[in-house]
Amino acid sequence: MDLVVAVLFQLIYVISNLALISLGLAIIFGMMRVINLAHGEFLMLGGYTVVVATNAGINIWVSMLILAPLVVGIIGVIVERLLIRWLYGRMVDTLLATWGLSLLLVGIVTSIFGASTGTTVSPPLGVVRIGDYSASGYELFLIVVTIVLLFAVWLTLRFTKLGLLARGTMQNAEMASALGVSTSRIYMITFGLGAAVSGLAGGLLAPMTGVLPTIGATYIAKAFITVISGGSAILAGTTAGSVLLGGINGIFSFIAGSTFGEIALLLAAIILLRLMPRGITGRFFRKSL
Amino acid sequence: MNSGMLRQMRPTFVYALLGVIFMFAAPNVLQLFTIINLTTAIALAVLALSLALIWGYGGILCFGQVAFFGLGAYVYTISAINFGGSTWAILMAVLVTSAFAAALGYFIFYGRVSDVYLGVITLTVTLIFFSLIRRTSGPEYKIGNALLGGFNGVSSPPINLPWNPSSFLFPEQVFYVAMAALILCYVFVGWLVNTKFGRVCVAIRENELRAELLGYDIRAYKLGIFTIGAGIAAIGGVLFCNGVGRITPDVFNLYNAALTIIWVIVGGRGTLIGPIGATFALFYLTSALGGQTVLNNNLVLGVILIIFVLLVPKGVAPTIIDWVNARRKKAPTRARRRRGSRAEGAQ
Amino acid sequence: MTRQRGDVVVETRDLCMHFGGVRAVDQVDFTLFDRELRCLIGPNGAGKSTFFKCLTGQLVPTSGEVLIRGQDMTGAEPFEVASLGVGIKTQVPNVFDGLTAEENIWLSARRWHGDARARVLTGETIERLKLGDIRRTLVGRLAHGQRQWVELGMVVAAEPWLVLLDEPAAGMTHEETYRTAELIEEINKTSALIVVEHDMQFIRMISRTVTLFHEGRILMQDTMEAISADKRAREVYLGHRA
Repeated sequence: MDLVVAVLFQLIYVISNLALISLGLAIIFGMMRVINLAHGEFLMLGGYTVVVATNAGINIWVSMLILAPLVVGIIGVIVERLLIRWLYGRMVDTLLATWGLSLLLVGIVTSIFGASTGTTVSPPLGVVRIGDYSASGYELFLIVVTIVLLFAVWLTLRFTKLGLLARGTMQNAEMASALGVSTSRIYMITFGLGAAVSGLAGGLLAPMTGVLPTIGATYIAKAFITVISGGSAILAGTTAGSVLLGGINGIFSFIAGSTFGEIALLLAAIILLRLMPRGITGRFFRKSL
Repeated sequence: MNSGMLRQMRPTFVYALLGVIFMFAAPNVLQLFTIINLTTAIALAVLALSLALIWGYGGILCFGQVAFFGLGAYVYTISAINFGGSTWAILMAVLVTSAFAAALGYFIFYGRVSDVYLGVITLTVTLIFFSLIRRTSGPEYKIGNALLGGFNGVSSPPINLPWNPSSFLFPEQVFYVAMAALILCYVFVGWLVNTKFGRVCVAIRENELRAELLGYDIRAYKLGIFTIGAGIAAIGGVLFCNGVGRITPDVFNLYNAALTIIWVIVGGRGTLIGPIGATFALFYLTSALGGQTVLNNNLVLGVILIIFVLLVPKGVAPTIIDWVNARRKKAPTRARRRRGSRAEGAQ
Repeated sequence: MTRQRGDVVVETRDLCMHFGGVRAVDQVDFTLFDRELRCLIGPNGAGKSTFFKCLTGQLVPTSGEVLIRGQDMTGAEPFEVASLGVGIKTQVPNVFDGLTAEENIWLSARRWHGDARARVLTGETIERLKLGDIRRTLVGRLAHGQRQWVELGMVVAAEPWLVLLDEPAAGMTHEETYRTAELIEEINKTSALIVVEHDMQFIRMISRTVTLFHEGRILMQDTMEAISADKRAREVYLGHRA
């Protein structure tokens, strides 16, 4: 029984982890149809914000929960104004430009902090006992944060004006702009929000993974697979993608080791796309958020 | 091959001839160290050529071309270690890589995954190769006699004369092989894009629906050009691990994937010589930058990519061609008649 | 298979195309005979373009059957429909912008013939459609009407036995419209045609039998004169237009 609970806990952690690293990407993709190849670097910047801030003596919770999203969100707004807004409607060029941005950010951080970091942050919170098994309290905390974050996005989409416009854009981008909605401002805010969520995720994960200028690459593959498998609905897509792929990854990792877990995840995603080229929410839950 | 195609391919032959001259002249002029370095650059140019084909002509936004390059290098190395010779290993590298691309392409094209998704999926496949092969450092990860070696990689046996494993080639001889391979691949691709198959691929790039309404099965054409491109990339991979002497999972990293894209963007989509030229130019730029610490390579390449996407989206070679054509139009007598009936042949 | 005037070449049985709750095409039974020229008309949203897309494989119908020359083509890919020898022109000009007019047409002829024959056919088509002046021009640089003509050239060059045209005269000048009508008459000497059109003037020029769509169904099928005279048809059509 304890074993079942522990395995289940791990499974839920894998799933929520996928959702956490994908959500920022999904927000930007769902609303703006922009696939942000610098997504991994936004996570990386969140991590660096936490490391720098805690080294400067700022409380780790403040660094993770407030500073990381704030700093990366501001960077997101700047990036949108300087780069992305020139390329709306040109999906391929946007993709390439954000890739350039990704390289640029890696380059800048490497120039400032070096190719590796000396200092890391250790995860706060201790160990949680599940019968004979122990689980990390911080992992539990991350699961809770992910759920809260998903709920917050749901509230925003459902009950705010921004959310209304977001849903309009999700269903018909041309119609939204034809209605005279200031898409430029909406896009700027969305990109900033997406970046902030990515920054938060990166900050929260920094104690688990440490920080490196190139750490973004380890996140993006999974984030991309999750978002594309999920489809363009922000919440339903992220959740469906995370549950399905995280579940497969978790189960195969448990049976055959983490390498096979990764292979299974990739194969599942490719087969899924053959069956549903527009993602899960492209076929099911079409009207979902 | 009819006369029209020969006319279209004239620039291809001119560049190929220049390549042959360079091939025989370079070892007499340059130092051995430079020649060894050049071999690596040539291998990368073959990779650039393969992406120039499938992206520039086929319109397939493959962000993971380097995956086929790396896979080719790994298959070559592992096969050469097991077979004790390079002849069959080279063939294996091309065949296995093409088969892998065909399988992946089947899911992508027959699932009608469109351009942006395609880019992300191919990139993801590359990154997964990266993280998987990095984990293979234990002694349990071996294929036949070849240990995969995790992030340290595997050292690659050098190419030998066909069916004569004891007579392996020296670095300057590998240079000849590499240069010859580049020239042959270049002429092959230049020919391919002027065949019916190539023209239909260009048509699909221009308008998928129209090509389909003319009765062409665009999925099959895309799969075809994608598979051929992967095979060429694998040849590049074989040359690469010969030039460097070993292959490591770093070949699959994000930086290398980006680099491949940058060569084609900077050189120009829709040309072949542009991306090849850009590869050499950027190879020497990044080696020059490698010697100093102020400007990081990532930073420089990121800025180059952004500048080209925003300001020179066509790339260098097409911009030059447009400029030359515009000048010709100003003097409109002989020049116009000489321009071929097709909008773009292989340059 | 020998062709006879009077053979059924296109047939739909109980064809339905629903988008969510909207029945864009609803239980349509339609028959076209060989070398017939049929116009599909109807107000915006009547379902004629959706019906057209079901025939060409651009949409997979919700239910029902599409038979082309007796073959079940329901849910077939567009290239499979085209590969039967069907020439298709879509509503928005679908051309290869980055290629020359000549190469656009060559690509169509080359689908069916070897290079030499394809070149001859391309030359003939260019002659026939009077595209000589623009043969070396990139199609992306041409005016809207000229692009339409290049697309018509692609349809003609394939020597189809069945031609499906969605609003061929849209955006054309009066002169171009007139020439298009002439071309359609000429194509009709050797092939059957379905033409979706809005332009009444144009339909009067070419029409023999007209099928009137309304709310996803076939409301009536008769000559243009009879439809113009019909009260129901006028209500449907003019009511929506006014």
